[in-house]
Amino acid sequence: MRFLALFVAVCAAGCSAPERNAAGDASAGRVAIERHQCGACHVIPDIVDARGDVGPPLADYGRRVYLAGKFPQDPALLERWIRDAPSLEPRTAMPRTDVTEREARDIAAYLRRLR
Amino acid sequence: MMHADLSRLPQSALDPASDPAWLIHQLGLVLYIGTGAIFVLVMALVLYGVLSPPRRVDARAWVIGGGIVFPVAVLTALFLYALHVGHALSVAPARAADIEVTGRMWWWDVRYNDAPSGAAVALANELYIPVGRPVEVALRTRDVIHSFWVPALAGKVDMIPGRTNRLVLHAREAGTFRGQCAEYCGMQHAWMALHVVAVPENEYRAWLERQAAPAREPDDARLRRGRDLLLRENCDTCHTIRGTRAAGTLGPDLTHVGSRSSLGAGRLDNSVATLAAWIAGSQSIKPGNLMPSYTAYSGEELRLVAAYLASLK
Repeated sequence: MRFLALFVAVCAAGCSAPERNAAGDASAGRVAIERHQCGACHVIPDIVDARGDVGPPLADYGRRVYLAGKFPQDPALLERWIRDAPSLEPRTAMPRTDVTEREARDIAAYLRRLR
Repeated sequence: MMHADLSRLPQSALDPASDPAWLIHQLGLVLYIGTGAIFVLVMALVLYGVLSPPRRVDARAWVIGGGIVFPVAVLTALFLYALHVGHALSVAPARAADIEVTGRMWWWDVRYNDAPSGAAVALANELYIPVGRPVEVALRTRDVIHSFWVPALAGKVDMIPGRTNRLVLHAREAGTFRGQCAEYCGMQHAWMALHVVAVPENEYRAWLERQAAPAREPDDARLRRGRDLLLRENCDTCHTIRGTRAAGTLGPDLTHVGSRSSLGAGRLDNSVATLAAWIAGSQSIKPGNLMPSYTAYSGEELRLVAAYLASLK
């Protein structure tokens, strides 16, 4: 019985989604990018069917100095941009999305890894 | 109605959800099992012939029995069975069809005739049908040969220029079933999908009534601006929005486009974002389709037009 309790305790500490943290989970981000069909507008590496030409290609997004060509890179800002770009730049063509906060964090993590 | 993941909808003839689909599945099962059994039997005879000690057999009896009598009996039985299934699936065009579906390169024009109001109901790439009642569908094409195939509900029926073919959809259970053009029809054949949504009768009636209504004048000034921008770029040359001056017929009716689950015949899930993507990038998203990519809108204007279309529920 004690062994079982120990096993459960170890598992609870070690087995529960180690990649998930405040910084976002890039592999979950990839799933979210496909689900929200970001590729309809953007070229995104390793995303199925992401060949859009409406928005900028995101091929090496992790190396971009400015977000949307005008905002210094900042994780919170990128997450806000993904969910509600017009609130940052009223003239953008990128609409508000129904991406959740959690998904935005994961998508941002995926984009930052593109170098 | 939200459709979370269109790509995972059932689209299999092995998972029938209607009586005709079940008849076809049954015919399939008889063939898979029957041919499997005959194959095993023949292989067993071959092995026996090779491995058993030599002895005299009655060759004439084997040739006549196994080579003539057996195949004639099996094929005759199968022929009669297939005739029976074909007869059960065929439709006598005794009355007006409930739904008219016209294949276009590369989408489905859908019209309903039995709206209680008598108003025209037109939409695209999506059919609602009531559960538990047969619905007759007239199938036509405006251009090349297409084939209407919703495997869970019925066999495939070709749409042939100059002809009207008929099909009965009779869903046993509620659900959303994916269909697909099953006759190669050009560059975007693979992206010519449709969805059949089977709902209880009262829901079906309510849906039909909503679809029959014209588009409402938007309350929101931004949405009105989106509508005006849409007319400014002459979207009405190809599209109809009942309740506005847009009355084009080259492209899908957009009166309630916001209520539909997909864009571009299953190409994209429907949302404000994908609507904007489609307007500005339809040629990169579905190359060769009749709609040009509209690149004249400013970013803000594009969002307003997309928001207006999404509001047409």
